Amino acid sequence: MSELDQLYQQIILDHAKVRRGDGLVETAPGTCTGESMQHNPVCGDQIRLRVHMDGATIKDVSWEGDGCSISMASASVLTELAVGIEREEFLGILEEFRELMRSRGTKQGDEEILGDAAAFAGVSKFPARVKCAMLSWVAAEAALLAANS
Amino acid sequence: MSSASTKHQDASIEPLDDTEVLRLRADFPILERSINNSPLVYLDSGATSQKPTCVYEAEQHYYETFNAAVHRGAHSLSVEATDVFEQARTTVAGFIGAAENELVWTSNATEALNLITYSFANASAGMGGEVARRFALGPGDEIVVTELEHHANLIPWQELAFRTGATLKYIPVDEHGALRMDVAGEIIGAATRVLAFTHVSNVLGTITEVPKLVELARSVGALTVLDGCQSVPHLPVNVKALDVDFMAFSGHKMLGPTGIGGLYGRAELLDAMPPFLTGGSMITSVTMEKAEFLPSPMRFEAGTQRIAQTHGLATAVSYLQEVGMGRVAAWEEQLGARMISGLEQIPGVKILGPGRDSVRIGTAPFAVEGVHPHDVGQFLDARGIAVRVGHHCAQPLHRALGVNSSTRASTYIYNTTSDIDSLLNAVNDVRGYFGVGK
Ligand SMILES: Cc1ncc(COP(=O)(O)O)c(C=O)c1O
Repeated sequence: MSELDQLYQQIILDHAKVRRGDGLVETAPGTCTGESMQHNPVCGDQIRLRVHMDGATIKDVSWEGDGCSISMASASVLTELAVGIEREEFLGILEEFRELMRSRGTKQGDEEILGDAAAFAGVSKFPARVKCAMLSWVAAEAALLAANS
Repeated sequence: MSSASTKHQDASIEPLDDTEVLRLRADFPILERSINNSPLVYLDSGATSQKPTCVYEAEQHYYETFNAAVHRGAHSLSVEATDVFEQARTTVAGFIGAAENELVWTSNATEALNLITYSFANASAGMGGEVARRFALGPGDEIVVTELEHHANLIPWQELAFRTGATLKYIPVDEHGALRMDVAGEIIGAATRVLAFTHVSNVLGTITEVPKLVELARSVGALTVLDGCQSVPHLPVNVKALDVDFMAFSGHKMLGPTGIGGLYGRAELLDAMPPFLTGGSMITSVTMEKAEFLPSPMRFEAGTQRIAQTHGLATAVSYLQEVGMGRVAAWEEQLGARMISGLEQIPGVKILGPGRDSVRIGTAPFAVEGVHPHDVGQFLDARGIAVRVGHHCAQPLHRALGVNSSTRASTYIYNTTSDIDSLLNAVNDVRGYFGVGK
């Protein structure tokens, strides 16, 4: 497989087209929510991501954004992974994902932990694109912090 | 609106051709590189140009032969280095039609533009005495820019307005990115003190109608500042013919080294402006209380200068002069036209900017429907084709065009028609690869 095909895995292209969580879900009064807006000033990508909590459980993730297929697919995959699990578990996945992104192509994604996000392993060979893949994850981390405070 | 056939080239000029360009390419070893197993096709000269060997050999020669501090000390090397430094000024000033004392060395266009705004801010704070009063701004005064501007010719003016209480206004673009010349006369008014605008849009490649804007500014007594970053490398530019008061440009976009650029200013203005950076080399006499400053250009060249880089830039300028700027411009116009008409014919590809009538340098900004510019750029890079993606430091213009980012291919003296055809072939495959428009 060419490096380009490793970057644009079919799973990624599919998620970029049919995006989970796309469209911000309104907050019902009294629910615990957190939100974060992130920009990538290099390419103009942006995302606003919102989490709804039910105690320690992530009840819902929704977002609106504009960006390349990598950043949009990443937000979609993140939504799929995060909804319904506990905050701490999600933060564990996030650390795994971050490590994969920093690996410069030396790591294979652990599908057990990362699910579809393992398909982003090829992104780590393209340092200029790592930010695209991380954008929604950074937003989710900040939104969870905001929800917690 | 300009009529359909007003192209910027004099028909009597013989453009470069592929054979000659292939010969020139031998001077640019980097163009022999292969990128991702394909020959490099460099179409990002709008960001920075490649450099011919003579430019960095000139820098090396300087270090091997003349290196010393300039304008200081009496030893022979210092005298020779000063000659190299001042000869470079003569060459580059001549290239843009300026006198020697009207060219101030800066690190790039960004610094040149900041030099003006900081100097005006100093004048606004009462520095520079009576002669500097004409540059002082305050509440009620207006600075006018355009919506086309690169951030480098926008933010310094915003900051100057904040600092002085002056108001920043701008000439808008229409939904295609054409400057609204129809309203320029209403925006430029009695309160306008400065009009700062780009000669060529770095995003769209379109050429601004400089004479009309200069005339509007002159009629209200406003100073004119031209951003020549994208024009000086690609078109014959003469500051006296353009009749602007100031012009900024960057060496690295015109075959020169990084770290060197210039500010042209009419001598009478530069000599009256308070300095921006202060320190060694720019003074006549200094006491513990105060200093007197040299006239232009040294008044604005504080500290040890970039001597090797000025020599490199002068060498780049001689290279361009040998080829002839008229011929460079005519060649790039051909390449640009081939690029734009070729891209237009690809299904799902849209050229950004005003229609075919508008005058452009060899620059094609485009959008591929359903594929984000970042992905377009990545796809092209896999085939060795270097283009720029993003907002190109012009967020307000992109907002006006209704997009967050775009893809831009830009040519220079070393591009061949086959480079353009490689681009067109690759762009033709983009939508298929991403599964769009099937
Ligand atoms: C129109 C325009 N103005 C200003 C600049 C800033 O030039 P530099 O970064 O060399 O200072 C650029 C470069 O991208 C430009 O294209």
